[in-house]
Amino acid sequence: MTLTEDYRRREESVTLSSEPAGEGETHELLTLNIGPHHPATHGVLRLLATLEGEVVRDVKPIIGYVHTGIEKTAEDKAYWKAIPVVERMDYLAYYFNAMAFIGAVETLLGVEVPPRAQYLRVIHLELNRIMSHLVWLGTSALDLGAISMFWYCFRERETVLDLFEMSSGQRMHTRYFQVGGVIEDIPPGFEAKLGRFVKEMPGRADQYADLLQKNEIVLERLRGTGVVDRQTLLSLGVTGPLLRASGKPWDLRKAAPYSSYDHFDFKIPIGTVGDNYDRFRVRHAELYESTKIIGQALDGLPEGPYITPDRKIALPPRHELATSMEALIHHFKLVTEGFRVPPGEAYYPIEGPRGETGCFVRSDGSAKPARVHMRDPSFVNLQALAPMVRGGYIADLIATLAMLDPLLGGIDR
Amino acid sequence: MPDATELELTAAELRDLHPESILDTDYHRDRATLIADPPQIKPVLRHLQEKGYKSLASLHGVDYYPQEPRLGVLYELLDMDRVDRITVKARVSTGAPQIDSVVELFPGAEFPERECYDMFGVVFNGHPDLRRILMPEDYEGYPQRRDFPVGGEPVLFTYNEEHNYGKWQ
Repeated sequence: MTLTEDYRRREESVTLSSEPAGEGETHELLTLNIGPHHPATHGVLRLLATLEGEVVRDVKPIIGYVHTGIEKTAEDKAYWKAIPVVERMDYLAYYFNAMAFIGAVETLLGVEVPPRAQYLRVIHLELNRIMSHLVWLGTSALDLGAISMFWYCFRERETVLDLFEMSSGQRMHTRYFQVGGVIEDIPPGFEAKLGRFVKEMPGRADQYADLLQKNEIVLERLRGTGVVDRQTLLSLGVTGPLLRASGKPWDLRKAAPYSSYDHFDFKIPIGTVGDNYDRFRVRHAELYESTKIIGQALDGLPEGPYITPDRKIALPPRHELATSMEALIHHFKLVTEGFRVPPGEAYYPIEGPRGETGCFVRSDGSAKPARVHMRDPSFVNLQALAPMVRGGYIADLIATLAMLDPLLGGIDR
Repeated sequence: MPDATELELTAAELRDLHPESILDTDYHRDRATLIADPPQIKPVLRHLQEKGYKSLASLHGVDYYPQEPRLGVLYELLDMDRVDRITVKARVSTGAPQIDSVVELFPGAEFPERECYDMFGVVFNGHPDLRRILMPEDYEGYPQRRDFPVGGEPVLFTYNEEHNYGKWQ
């Protein structure tokens, strides 16, 4: 067996045990530990990279550092009290986590959501998508050495967070979505501020493009790196912008519309070769599409209730408590016990900023879920990291990881 | 989602090919579920994959305590061309939580199967790298099982490390 063959054989499966060093000065394999505390790993991700010189031969992600047992915690809470914990899984896509969980519960309950609530949900989901992509863009550019991008992206993110604060009182983990609708109608002034944001955002996204798209360093580092063909991505279960960058126009908002996404006119940006540059372009183009959806939802925002009138599920309005005994009873029942959900199982998939965010909820008929499982896109997508970086340079590993956009809160849950 | 009739047809098709492979079907709130015999999970999934359900959207464990067999492994299959979903469920007991790994059919099942093993103790035979994924490697017990207490574990601080179960050694 030649020396090279020997290395090929050994690098096939890198285990946690120390890799025996190869023979000769030029062919030594180096196992390099990256993380868990490293700014370029976007959270507490640990990577065990096997290098031959500067070339990555294999990489093993090691996760679980921020595992907090949210799925277990949710089993111990009433359905409506589980929403805040579920939101904290993927901490940049809290509206999506809440939407997936609530969607599953609503499926089990068979409750109808009023049109206004559906539109308000769409507005907040798309704002959240923009916010999540902005954090991704800022931090990814930071990894590539462009620090100014970070400030520009976080400037727009501030506007989005201000909007969240206006509608729900919280900037992150807002708990705005409620089973049957949303917790409160949008306050006066929200529409005007959102309208300004919708007008402003495309121009801002143009600025990002001006800064990055013709930047030689960015192009050099992104174009042609981290290429994985569509078939491999599909077999690994990868969804979201990563899959779309490889040319597969798969978006659940179009394929299986939920929350009246079929009312809006928007496009699915796709890439061609599936390299890091395509991933960047797809997410960047999604900023425009999301803004378009928000604009349409704002213009067509229907009048009517923002939450289901079913008092067995939704809290009665505060003013009713002073005058109606029935409202008081409903309020007491909901706050102490919560509502009971008929037995059954539901899996509710939605299109999150990173791919299919699905929530599985099993109910045993009580007021607490018997099982909550979040299919987090980052968790599944992380499996595609090794095929993406194998054979590339270690510097490209950082760029690829940034373009993969993993979120450790969602991975570890 | 396939409707109830299509689900029964799929089940009949699978029963013809692999006798006793489908124990039951369930259709609830537009969700079609095939309850498969655990030893035959691989042929069942292979057949569904050839039928068009090429993606495994999600794989998760469920503890059906106090029903028997207690543990369930759920495969959420997705057909991207027809935009169709079907669920395959296999129930295994806590006494012998063994099921074949489907990483060969769906390479993306590697992490979810490890998670299921980690949280429920279901052993996936033929998995290339079956280790704990989220919990520490030396952890004992399967935290997502229903009889595992919430908050039963003392938090390790410097003042109580001597009373802990030997992590400080």
